[in-house]
Formats: sequence, structure tokens, C-alpha cells
Amino acid sequence: MARLIRLDRTGHTTLAEWAHEDRTAREAAVSAFRRELDNGMLASVPRSDGTAEVVRELPRDADLVVLRRPIAGG
Amino acid sequence: MAHAGLTTPPRPPETPRDGLEEAAALWWREETTQRTLNRDGRRWTLWTAWIVIAFTAPGVVLLLLSPLALPVALGCFAHAWVVPWLQARRGARSVVPIGAERSASPGAHSGADGVALGLLGDLVGHRERELLARTGLALQRGELGVWLVGERGALMVRPGGGRVDSWCVSVAAPESLPGADRVAHLLLALREDERGFAKVANLGFSGAAWRLRRSLPQRSRPALDAARSAAREGAGS
Repeated sequence: MARLIRLDRTGHTTLAEWAHEDRTAREAAVSAFRRELDNGMLASVPRSDGTAEVVRELPRDADLVVLRRPIAGG
Repeated sequence: MAHAGLTTPPRPPETPRDGLEEAAALWWREETTQRTLNRDGRRWTLWTAWIVIAFTAPGVVLLLLSPLALPVALGCFAHAWVVPWLQARRGARSVVPIGAERSASPGAHSGADGVALGLLGDLVGHRERELLARTGLALQRGELGVWLVGERGALMVRPGGGRVDSWCVSVAAPESLPGADRVAHLLLALREDERGFAKVANLGFSGAAWRLRRSLPQRSRPALDAARSAAREGAGS
């Protein structure tokens, strides 16, 4: 199962979970993903090699997509 | 504008920068590279040397003129020591480890803190997880150096382990986010685009690692030691 989570005051909230072959669940995840991006969140896919990738569309192959707030210089 | 001594800012690039979106928004800022880091490091060293000379030299001259000026000369020497110490202390205090006094969640005992720590633990590797639990800082190896990320701020140990840069950076709207979530935000941004991360962050200190280490909380010093060790290994390989 792939997961779309948002980092928030609860630690994190799971917004959507979907199996890659489940089209309906994936469409719901895409809707949730776009809604969060419209609200100013940024999406990141952590990779096993210790890097992460910025994504602007919900990737088909990712197991975990993390939504985070922007960062700024202090 | 020219008569006021101001210059027109450069035009935004037609093709937006890849990587960190926050860095793309700062199109007028210089990109961070090894060259700009080396240049900034030299500036910090020169500035610190100038401070030491500017306060030490008058003290020496006063003592040569009259031994009775000893109290004033001691004041000069104290300034030559205190100002660089304050710079390093400011750099150390820019970084807030999880569970520190200035943490968003000191003690980190709520349910949200536990959930956030669990996710952060999943993001970092096994060795880094143990270091994070012990020191409150997340270690991340990068191309520019080895990073230590806190709830606010980050340290970057340069290759070779001798110099440390302190960066002021935080989540833009951190209200009520658990401390570990703040670290996760910064860690993800750093992993997405290291140079972009350094472009967004503000350099608050650059200098010898030992100067900054003595102002770090006792608990977090092993993280700096581990980062220096990793930076030496990286430079040697």
C-alpha cells in the first residue's frame, strides 16, 4: 500500500492509502494531493538512498509521499 | 535608483530552478557552491582575525606605554576573546536539538511527539537514528559537507572536519508542530536539494569546529564529533 501523509500538529496525518492497481483509491489520493498543494504544502518522496525528490504530481511508483510546509531562512 | 547608490535587481530567470521550490522563489540570491562556501569561510576567518588584532594591538601598545594601563589593556584582551566567542556561541545557539530547553516540545512526551519521532526515525538510517535519540540532531551526508539538522537551524561540517558552518533555517509556519516534525521538514528539504537548502538558509557563523563545539549543549556534542568523523572519512575516500 502506498501512503500520502501530511506533517502536522498530530505528528502526521494519513490523507490517503492506495494499492497501485486500485484506480478509485488512487484518484482519491490524487485529489487529496492536489488540494494540499493548493493550500501551500510541498510534496516530497523519500528515497531509500537517503535522498528525496520534489514532486508536483502524485507519482505512480512511490510507496510514501510526504507533504510538508515550506522552509525559510531565519 | 542609480543616484541613491542602488542597483536594479536581476530579472527572474525564464526557466525556473529545479529542486527546492523555496530556493526557486529566491531567484535573486547567489547559488551556494563549494566556491561560495570557501569564499564565505575566508571572509569569516579574516573578520575574526581582524577583531582579535583590533582589540589586542591597543592593549599591547598601552602596556608598552605604561604598565599602569594594565586594567585597560586587560579590557582590550577580554574583548579580543569575548567577541569571537559570542560569534561562535550565536552559531551554536542557532541550532535547536529535539528535547532541548528551547525545543518546541521539551521532553517530547505527548502522543504527537511520539508519532513525529516515529516517522523521523523511519526517515533516517539505523546509525543516525541512535545518534538522533542520543543528541537530538539528525546527521545527513551531503556533497557540500556533513549536516546536523535540528528543529531550527543546521550545522554543516566541511569536508576534512575542521570547519563548521551554522545555518539559520526553520519551517516557515511552525505553529504547534512537534519538534521531530520540524526536523523532518528540514531534513526532507535538505535531501531534496542540498544547494537549494543552503541558498534558502542564512549563514550565521563559519569557523573552527572546536570554537562552536564548546557552546553546544553537552548532550549534542557527540553529534558534532560524529559529523566531523564522517566529514574526515568522506574527505579521505
